[in-house]
Amino acid sequence: MNRMQKKAVTLSTAAALLLGAGVAQAQELTVTSWGGVLQDAQRKFYFEPYTAESGVKVIEDTWSGGFGTIEAMVTAGNPKWDVVQVEADEHALGCADGMFEKIDWAKIGDKEAFIPGTADDCGVGAVVWSVILAYDGNVLKDHEPKGWADFWDVKTFPGKRAMRRNPKNMLEFALMADGVPATEVYEVLAAPGGVDRAFAKLDELKPDLVWYDSGAQMLQLLVSGEVVMVAGFDGRVNNYNKTEGGNLKLVWPGSIYATDFWVVLKGAQHVSEAMDFLAVASRPENMAKLPTMAPFGLPQKAAADMVPDEYKAVLPTAPANLEGAIPVDVEFWLDNNEELTQRFNAWIGQ
Amino acid sequence: MSARTRRRLLARGALLSPLVLFLFFFFFVPLFNVMRSAIYDPVIARAFPVLSRSVEGWDRAGPPTPDMQEALIADLRGTTPEVLGDAVRRLNGMSSGFRSLMSKTTRALEAAPDPATRVDLLAVDARWGDPLRWQAIVDNLSPYTDRFLLAAFDLERDSTGAIAAMPPERAANFAYFTRTFVISALVTGLCILIGLPYAMLAASVRGRQRQLLLAAVLIPMWTSILVRASSWFILMQDQGLINGALIGSGLSEAAVPLLFTRTGVVLSMTHMLLPFMVLPVFNVLVAIPGNLMPAAAALGANPLRAFWHVLLPLAARGIVSGSLLVFMTSIGFYILPAILGGPAEQLISSLIAMYSTKAANWPMASALGLILFGITSMLYVVFGRIGTTPARRN
Repeated sequence: MNRMQKKAVTLSTAAALLLGAGVAQAQELTVTSWGGVLQDAQRKFYFEPYTAESGVKVIEDTWSGGFGTIEAMVTAGNPKWDVVQVEADEHALGCADGMFEKIDWAKIGDKEAFIPGTADDCGVGAVVWSVILAYDGNVLKDHEPKGWADFWDVKTFPGKRAMRRNPKNMLEFALMADGVPATEVYEVLAAPGGVDRAFAKLDELKPDLVWYDSGAQMLQLLVSGEVVMVAGFDGRVNNYNKTEGGNLKLVWPGSIYATDFWVVLKGAQHVSEAMDFLAVASRPENMAKLPTMAPFGLPQKAAADMVPDEYKAVLPTAPANLEGAIPVDVEFWLDNNEELTQRFNAWIGQ
Repeated sequence: MSARTRRRLLARGALLSPLVLFLFFFFFVPLFNVMRSAIYDPVIARAFPVLSRSVEGWDRAGPPTPDMQEALIADLRGTTPEVLGDAVRRLNGMSSGFRSLMSKTTRALEAAPDPATRVDLLAVDARWGDPLRWQAIVDNLSPYTDRFLLAAFDLERDSTGAIAAMPPERAANFAYFTRTFVISALVTGLCILIGLPYAMLAASVRGRQRQLLLAAVLIPMWTSILVRASSWFILMQDQGLINGALIGSGLSEAAVPLLFTRTGVVLSMTHMLLPFMVLPVFNVLVAIPGNLMPAAAALGANPLRAFWHVLLPLAARGIVSGSLLVFMTSIGFYILPAILGGPAEQLISSLIAMYSTKAANWPMASALGLILFGITSMLYVVFGRIGTTPARRN
């Protein structure tokens, strides 16, 4: 064997080894969620049972949203994530743009078992959660904020406030603080001058605002006392109370709830495994366990009914908490996201 | 050329080839692609090929011609969701509402699958009668565009095609650029102020003392940037160590706001980048013969004069290369301002990240990156000249 041939043999052996590794990898599924207690609960009640049943290993990743991340992965081909939990507007956007594999409902079960609007050919409802006014009950003891007008009231409640660094939900809250009833917020926002009015209201509070990107940051700001109130995520707040014995309080009227969806990225390597996984994650008996660990609402009625009573009260889907709360208007944000994000960035950076 | 020289050249080439190939595939090709996507954006042309052939004869101000309507319908019928999705994302960014308009229209077309059926776009949605909607499509049918580069400077083309300033509520990029350079210059200045005396001290002592001084600079440099950012976060909180010390010692009555302020960001960036100033300056200083300063003194120069006329010119190369390193690294900073800064401290990299990972607007991200790259290259050339001239003179 001359040197060239030797080299060729070495190369082909290496290639065979690599291919072998590729075959071994077929028994894996990459699932991306939002980290924190939610993903801990999903691991325990979805990922582990799925692995036990199928023998397929779940590789986990976390993210904080962003359609660009998904678009880049899908466009480049061979996305490294298979299943991703996305927000409602990312679900709708990706669905319109053909970013997701078609959901195989024959495998997963009855689409009708889901609350209307939380199950379609592009995604399967994962959790229902709220963006909500939260404060530390140990700090604001004597005088408690009741709504967004109080969030804006820096005289009665001195100190900084934290909001999420994006226009979604924050513009709605500004309008509510300006006296618009929750049910009319999107009407006002879509009408001429509505967006100006929301930004003018945000202007008032700007010197006292701190901005967060992730749920972990939001919680850190609130519990460290760096801010007195947040427009934050109910799940993180509730979980802090439960696990750390905190006394954080939520103001449900005026909160905005939304559904997160499981989607399978177009061109993903393990589509069939992904559908099997979604079947496990959508079984009412598995879903019903999720709130015992992570306080999130469930998009399936049968599952929501099975949740033990002591866990129901803090969920955004509890009837008492839904009073005065509104769903996010996905259509509005689909149409206006780019323009309002640009304007928001210009405003926030000035 | 003899066979031997040729063989030697070939061998040299073979030795260099991994480097050349690496640079080509992992540096030049991506760089070229990114730069190109700042001026080449074919997504709209790709989605509307028929329409691009039938816009002649339209006066831009009036309603669309029947030809254009037919063409648009043909394009919508002929395209895929992915191709249309790319185009709609771009269009919706220029003119809100395109997304619902398009999905409404495609739904109406799906309801009338037979191409022979006449579909009246204006009956599907009255917004199709608005010439501005059509202008948005027609004006962007050419794949080569200066729109993103203009937008990076807060400029745009008005309806006549002339370049005009963007309305202030949408104009943000220029502010981000200025801020990036102001903060970077501040950090560079502070690094010189702290780094030069420090390097002089380290160069003047020997043995264990020098090791200790250098270790104090190097050890933080080897620590992960995330760890250091989190440490600063803990230090600078209102109830943090710094404010605790200030209030405890009576220097301040209330907490001094550090977190989410310009002060905090500049402070922590200076700390991060100090090694990049100290090390090059130190390297130059230790190479200066130790008898020059005594010689200057012997010739009657006071210490300040000796520093100004002897040490500083000799150290200039180190200071310039240190400044270059610090400045160029700081204009690309992302994590630190994101964790420790408020919105008014976010640098241009945060905008690039937003356009790429959130908005999926790659041309805009590329345009901003291209401009940053251009400015950095220019600075590199200018700094490089300043840095080498005195050395050559000597």
